[in-house]
Amino acid sequence: MAAKLPAKLEEVGEVRLETDILIIGAGNAGCYAAIEAKRRRPDLRVTLMEKAHIDRSGCLASGMDAINTYIKKNETVENLVRWSRAQAGGLLREDLTITMAELLNQAIEEWEEWGLPIKKDENGEYLARGRWDIAIQGSEMKVILAEKVREYGCEVLNRVVATNYLLDGDRVIGAMGFGVRDGKFYIIKAGATIVATGGAAGLYKPYTNDGVDSHHQIWYCPFNVGTGYAMGIRAGAEMTTFEMRWCAVRTKDFNGPIDTISVGYKAPMINAKGEKILAKRYAHMGGDASPRFVRANAPMEEWLAGRGPCYVDTRHMTPEQVKTLKIDYLNERPSFVLFLAARGQDITREPIEVYGSDPYIVGGHTASGYWIDVKRATTLPGLFACGDVAGGVPNKFVGGCAAEGMLAARGAIEYLGSLADRGQVDESLVAAEKARVYAPAIRQVREGDGVIPREMEERLQRLMDEYAGGVHQFYRMNRERLEYALKHLAILKDQTRYLVAHDLHELMEAHEIIDRLDVAEVLVHHLLFREETRWPGWQNRVDFPERDDTRFDCFVNSRRNPQTGEIEVFTRPYEQIIPGDRYRP
Amino acid sequence: MPPKVNLQKCDGCRAESEALCVQICPGDLMALDENNGKAYCRSARDCWDCMSCVKACPNGAIETRLPYQLGYYPAKLIPLVGSNKISWTVVDIHGKVERFTFKNRND
Repeated sequence: MAAKLPAKLEEVGEVRLETDILIIGAGNAGCYAAIEAKRRRPDLRVTLMEKAHIDRSGCLASGMDAINTYIKKNETVENLVRWSRAQAGGLLREDLTITMAELLNQAIEEWEEWGLPIKKDENGEYLARGRWDIAIQGSEMKVILAEKVREYGCEVLNRVVATNYLLDGDRVIGAMGFGVRDGKFYIIKAGATIVATGGAAGLYKPYTNDGVDSHHQIWYCPFNVGTGYAMGIRAGAEMTTFEMRWCAVRTKDFNGPIDTISVGYKAPMINAKGEKILAKRYAHMGGDASPRFVRANAPMEEWLAGRGPCYVDTRHMTPEQVKTLKIDYLNERPSFVLFLAARGQDITREPIEVYGSDPYIVGGHTASGYWIDVKRATTLPGLFACGDVAGGVPNKFVGGCAAEGMLAARGAIEYLGSLADRGQVDESLVAAEKARVYAPAIRQVREGDGVIPREMEERLQRLMDEYAGGVHQFYRMNRERLEYALKHLAILKDQTRYLVAHDLHELMEAHEIIDRLDVAEVLVHHLLFREETRWPGWQNRVDFPERDDTRFDCFVNSRRNPQTGEIEVFTRPYEQIIPGDRYRP
Repeated sequence: MPPKVNLQKCDGCRAESEALCVQICPGDLMALDENNGKAYCRSARDCWDCMSCVKACPNGAIETRLPYQLGYYPAKLIPLVGSNKISWTVVDIHGKVERFTFKNRND
């Protein structure tokens, strides 16, 4: 039974802990970071702070049917960099991609050893599903990983929501948060801190939200709301490439995976006229091997041109293939099989309709996130980042997030060894954070009136959808619309003082919208700054429709000044390590 | 209306410190009704249809239903969770039944 909300700040209980390495977020990346830290240094106390339950938290809750980056026998790290670079419109951190790629295979092979079934071909090799993809039966992969975390002796705090870092100057010495079950305020002091909270969903209105029960019928885990980004933004960490949003092509009305069909079963994307869209209209971009932003944008352009709806054409599939395909879905998104049943759809007669998703900020697919070095250190001393919250490495996917978790753990251990002292907790900052965290609960008791988190969430999502290039606007935006978005984001941020929470779950929702607002504001600044269109679909500036290499062949980074709240946006140069044309694989 | 709880089958996991669906839901959406001690979803709109609660329920009391806006009545997808494998039964709106069994963990 969940605790009651406090009526007064003095009633809030406190939990104070000290640990060596604090990991915020026990998803894939956080779990690998924890395991790597503990097996390298069993003497260290390793603590995971998790807002849900480690067994099913994060992106892997319902499972996966493929690992999209595994370096097969005839491939190399260099080839992966070339491919990923071209997929990302020529823009990624090569140093980070190389160090991630060097650990990819180890992470996947270990997962198999711990219990994850990976399909094999007739030679006993992992069954390929594309150039870098291998097929798995991963419905329980997160449970398997969580068991390993416990076996290594890591400490797991389930149902504790992180709200801000503990700071000593600009140095991160842990984090604060609150328990969604016990209602207590947590102050966790750590030698080193690793953030692994994932990316951000729910910044934009999904197109399925017209139904009362389908608001979260979206691609990304809807419980990843960008808290790790928001904590970094508030503490003045440097962020990169937020403007490279991730929009996915998905099955329409039900967000089912398309790569499963189009890559796994070579089903081409077709428009209403039966034309193969990628081969016919995007041959110059590589046809079926076009970069991912082209694939996301293609069906939307067809709709705009009056050639929608669009489909992946499954009508050539044999009954055996359909059965295997459904098993793939049952491993990754089981409810998609229910969706087909609920439409009474035989996919050998009727193709599967596709459409673009709402946009997300997610460093595991695109490159948005903390600006980090090869040791995964952020620009804040003591803070490391891995997985979807870390920037610079698009296409890392499940394997890359795991690999990056290991790198962050190694970075954190090295940092711990270099520490002369572990810093001082400033009690005035702790008291201020406690007041901030419980404010919506206290307001509910004292005023009994205000704004509930859901109202503010839906206002944000409508604003971003219409003025910052959401799916209803076919991802299009211009300067005037973005400036309008910024004006209303400022109003919304000011209005957060009116938020009310009736229980601990709603208090969590209140902080989710507060965090989303901070992420959305930085995102709009990034979208404004990049006056070109580098990734049509992910980022369409209708007032700057072409790619502009003279001005924007570089990273767009930002930093919010923690004192003034001003967001400074600037560029960092591209550093090429692997030679070759960056726009070709 | 994603997780639909069968009140005849749900016993609120009385033997557990916290009902298993309440423990596991990644969105903190499952809770126990204070009046009858049985599970319910506090916000169907916020469900991701990940089916973690359905798989965790020891009484098979939870069924994932799709929002009607997206899929028609009365399709069903029911898992039977084994130690190293899982079996799924699918019934479509025309009554057609399919079954799938596969390994989801190495021995």
